[in-house]
Amino acid sequence: MAVFAGGDPLFDHGIDLTVVVMLIVKTFVVFGLLLVSVLLYIWFMRKVIADMQNRIGPDKAGPFGMLQTLADGVKLFFKERTTPIAADRPVYLLAPFVSALAAFLAFAIVPFGGAVRIGSHATFLQLADPPVGILWLLAMSGLGVYGVMLAGWSSGSKYPLLGSVRASAQVLSYEAAVGLSVVGVLVLTNTLSTRGIVGQQAWHSWDSFVSQWLWLPAIGAFIIFLIAATAETNHPPFDFSEAEEELAGGYHIEYSGIRFAIFYLAEFMNVITMSAIAVTLFLGGPSGPWLTLVAHHGWVNVWIVPVFWFLLKLWAVLYGTVWIRASLPRLRYDLLMNLGWKVLIEAAFLWAMVTGVIVVARDRGWNVYLTAFAAGAAALLVYGFLMACVPRAGELEEIR
Amino acid sequence: MSHPAHPRLPDERLERQTDEGDQMLTASRRAVVADGIWADGDDTMIVNMGPQHPSTHGVLRIMVELDGETIVESKPIVGYLHTGMEKTGEELTYVQGGTNVTRMDYLSPLSNELVYSMAVERLLDLELPPRAVWMRMMLVELNRIASHLLFQATNGLDLAATSMMIYGWRERELTLRFLERVTGLRMNNNFIRPGGLAADLPDGWRADLDELCATIERGVRDYADLLAENPIWMERLVDVGRISTADAISLGITGPILRATGFAWDLRKAQPYLAYDQVDFDVVCGEHGDCYDRYLVRLHEILESVKIVRQCAERMPAGDYRVQDRKVTPPPRARIDESMEALIHHFKLFTEGFRVPPGETYVSIESPRGEIGCYLVADGTGKPARLHIRGPSLYNLQSLGTMAKGALVADAVAIVSSIDPIIGEVDR
Repeated sequence: MAVFAGGDPLFDHGIDLTVVVMLIVKTFVVFGLLLVSVLLYIWFMRKVIADMQNRIGPDKAGPFGMLQTLADGVKLFFKERTTPIAADRPVYLLAPFVSALAAFLAFAIVPFGGAVRIGSHATFLQLADPPVGILWLLAMSGLGVYGVMLAGWSSGSKYPLLGSVRASAQVLSYEAAVGLSVVGVLVLTNTLSTRGIVGQQAWHSWDSFVSQWLWLPAIGAFIIFLIAATAETNHPPFDFSEAEEELAGGYHIEYSGIRFAIFYLAEFMNVITMSAIAVTLFLGGPSGPWLTLVAHHGWVNVWIVPVFWFLLKLWAVLYGTVWIRASLPRLRYDLLMNLGWKVLIEAAFLWAMVTGVIVVARDRGWNVYLTAFAAGAAALLVYGFLMACVPRAGELEEIR
Repeated sequence: MSHPAHPRLPDERLERQTDEGDQMLTASRRAVVADGIWADGDDTMIVNMGPQHPSTHGVLRIMVELDGETIVESKPIVGYLHTGMEKTGEELTYVQGGTNVTRMDYLSPLSNELVYSMAVERLLDLELPPRAVWMRMMLVELNRIASHLLFQATNGLDLAATSMMIYGWRERELTLRFLERVTGLRMNNNFIRPGGLAADLPDGWRADLDELCATIERGVRDYADLLAENPIWMERLVDVGRISTADAISLGITGPILRATGFAWDLRKAQPYLAYDQVDFDVVCGEHGDCYDRYLVRLHEILESVKIVRQCAERMPAGDYRVQDRKVTPPPRARIDESMEALIHHFKLFTEGFRVPPGETYVSIESPRGEIGCYLVADGTGKPARLHIRGPSLYNLQSLGTMAKGALVADAVAIVSSIDPIIGEVDR
């Protein structure tokens, strides 16, 4: 399939007016999809947590309270927007939009459906498929932290400052863990393009669930990615930059009205994007069974089934995030840093190395199991050595 | 850069906002506060936690001096909820006094009423009928359960375990519902009064109580399953906010915080009042005096209290629920229509109250938060000459400085939570 080589087939025959119009339409559709997902996710989160906590949750606005988030958004839109006198005004006003923009741009590379044909143009159901796909994600989530950092810094207040210091340190540390865990996948797929990655996880039979989808071949990277992505999106139990109970809301304390709502929106967009990336990297993206049950080339196959599978997996992952939110207390900030630097980054790095060794062994025709065993043992040795080098808390005091 | 419509406030104004923490602030640090958020010369930052802060349990204000996120110094500033209740108590008759003291520690109102009533009764030299004693014991223990359940809830909330918050609140609500059935109110019951109780137990209380006890025991097991061995929970609490027995005693700390240090001091055992010497229960003790031990002590105390409540229910004696001294307790409602004396007693009791012979006394009992004491001076009139309550929360709160030194901001939240202060009682 040549279309999976990377790059959207929309541009195969040059760029004309139709292509531009289609791009604009796609942008709006994807933006709308993300916004609707956020609205639904917040409702879903509140409902599920309410159920876990013997409560009813929102049930007044719309059917089952589904419009509650919309109502909240409308209310916030008409609320007064205040600016603290000590705030650095231009930065203060800009910060929420930096957050939201980065969150939205990161979603652009998520493939949420298959390849479709509109008129004479073939295109992917995804906003953009740059050859550097995953790097784009890392870049955008790195950019997103600027919003939080600038917000806290420019508010001219202490709690937001603490929140933003926490957020920047946390996101930068976990960015490394996310990046390294993704490497474990990239080595296997040999491409950075998200379309290419899901293309290699296509569904052939039930066996594909364990052999094609990368969650099992890259199980270590999967687990590390889930933890690190949770931390990177400031989601509980790693929501230190807000930390309602400690910092009373952290970086967005001084924000009100629609600017506060935009921060909120960006935060949940990030959760959805990261979950979508987890689906893309490890759970086969839009691929799944039943693709071949319906007649080939039917519009259902092309339009509905992949999107259905993508959304199902996405919401399964999102359910997991909600479950975690409901059950775990918050970690402490220094413990988070320990976890990131002393465990996750090493583990992700070693996992990527071992995966690399196995791929090389497979290509060269060596005994894969033996090589895997040897590489794993070496990795554990290296990890043990690294851990032995890290001073304990008491020793650190002595060194000082 | 400031908006033209909002000129910068004069610096004196900013300085005045911090005057209460002045003892803590050197001149250069005061300049830090006045100039804004950036440290000037040294690297510490003063942050006010509260009086409006999600986890300061009411209107507690804590001045924290931070080096990064490490607490250099912390100081609780109290008084935001001062309502002059002790002075108010001198203006109320002994009968009315219950409505006043019950509002101090609003999470264990029955303990407040009990200690006040016991002080009045000691001055009156009253002997209570056994049913009154056992009913009091049962209700106070139920109140202890409710209070500790609320601690489980708020402790969970302070560490962002929101489900724990709801679960604790759920079982507490059931407990309060039972108390409402007995006393008529969920909180501030004013049910334990000098001379006995306001009313007898309602019909069918026994079945309700058995069901409640079973629910609470199941709930406590669930809490332990949810959090007690959760790695994150333990990381947050173990070895955080440690205090030694010696420090605790010298600061006047009592209750679960003292017991968590390994010192088995419980007034129910140490100087038994009511009928605590006739029931079987254990004093729960910790070992390390950290937040985790305080959490465990309170968790297990719920079970011990359930044990006491069960024994009270089983051995509840028949008879009067208050002394039949018409000078102290009102006559039955039906008697007022028939008897002139009853009418007069009723009228006198609720207009000028009873007179207490001159004298002074100090009575202390074990409230959910520690030793609550009532110092009462009577001058022979119908109102106390002096009423002072030793609120355990006030003394316990003083341990914050010792516990929080060198901890992180997040730990300060865990520590305040584990002290479980009730600001209503701290400030009175």
